[in-house]
Amino acid sequence: MIVAEQKSLDEIKGLVGDAENVLVVGCGTCVTVCFAGGEKEADIIASSLRMSSKLEGHPQNVRSVTVQRQCEWEYLDQIETEINEADLVLSLGCGIGVQAIAEHYPESWVVPGLNTTFLGIPEEQGVWAERCAACGDCILGLTGGICPIARCSKSLLNGPCGGSEQGHCEINPDVPCAWQLIYDRLNEKGKLHVLLDLQPPKDWSSSRDGGPRKIVRPDLRLLEEED
Amino acid sequence: MWLNMEIKNEFEPEITAFYCTYCGYMAADSAGAMNLPYPANVKFIRLPCTGKIDVRYILEAFEQGADSVYIVACPIGNCHHVSGNERGVARLKYAQKILEDIGFEKERLGIFFMSGSQAQTFAAAAQTMTERTRNLGPNPLREPSLNGGTTD
Repeated sequence: MIVAEQKSLDEIKGLVGDAENVLVVGCGTCVTVCFAGGEKEADIIASSLRMSSKLEGHPQNVRSVTVQRQCEWEYLDQIETEINEADLVLSLGCGIGVQAIAEHYPESWVVPGLNTTFLGIPEEQGVWAERCAACGDCILGLTGGICPIARCSKSLLNGPCGGSEQGHCEINPDVPCAWQLIYDRLNEKGKLHVLLDLQPPKDWSSSRDGGPRKIVRPDLRLLEEED
Repeated sequence: MWLNMEIKNEFEPEITAFYCTYCGYMAADSAGAMNLPYPANVKFIRLPCTGKIDVRYILEAFEQGADSVYIVACPIGNCHHVSGNERGVARLKYAQKILEDIGFEKERLGIFFMSGSQAQTFAAAAQTMTERTRNLGPNPLREPSLNGGTTD
């Protein structure tokens, strides 16, 4: 899932400025699950903005609405009226959601209420950790299901490096060494020999390094007469 | 014969309190059964457990004009739902941080722990919060009103 966290109220207030009618848009998918931008969080931010703006002597009309997913046009269609009535839209979606609203409603001014951080997993309730770098060339089959691109600080393909100490990464004792984890996992499974196949330098062109990415599935595209 | 009347315009706090169905409500019931007086400033809302406390409830109370809000919960370790009161405490702390960011004093939000038989504690909590709120003053979102008042 995409993991994000809220910007501070001060930063959000700076982005909202003195807009008179503000619409806070929550998202019911990833940012709900990481408690950053769901319905509750949208209501709380809206209430916070109303209260703080009134305290500062310039009350703002702030309402909140939440859609199932901000990254799909059909869901955004449902809030057309609310968007048109607002002077400014504060999106609590991930960066994709913010851009989707801006693209679908080009007349509106959209600002982000979250910092989209990483692709990750809830390790336990209240703790989310990065797991995937979306590199576009998944090698999890070679590493026992542990990603060295996302979880190794250097994204090494043939780790560990000399900085691995007692199973921890040299950058932070709280960060496990991904290659220690990979070694231990393959060892448990009796598949250490997999590590003997040295991996060549990664072709990063499939990752963000190759520029903005797009996937097209001709078999799924609507035929002209269906549009 | 004219009565000499002097109306004092004093701030009378409006307080919203959330209590759980178990220890919180039972303590209130005990206080009532023992005819213990406590300030009428407090209006109560019953929840199945203080674990049901939502930050939105707290903010809505303040937005609707409550001068302060408090929670009455089972003692830690004795929650009828095991650890609901601990969740309530965690959410209260989160709400206090939000209130500070907004510009409210975090002292306007509190929590009191008591068992169902602690009627005196229930009354004392209401008294304590009322006095604290009187010192803090009205909810900054609303103008102080000419409510309450005494005659001499």
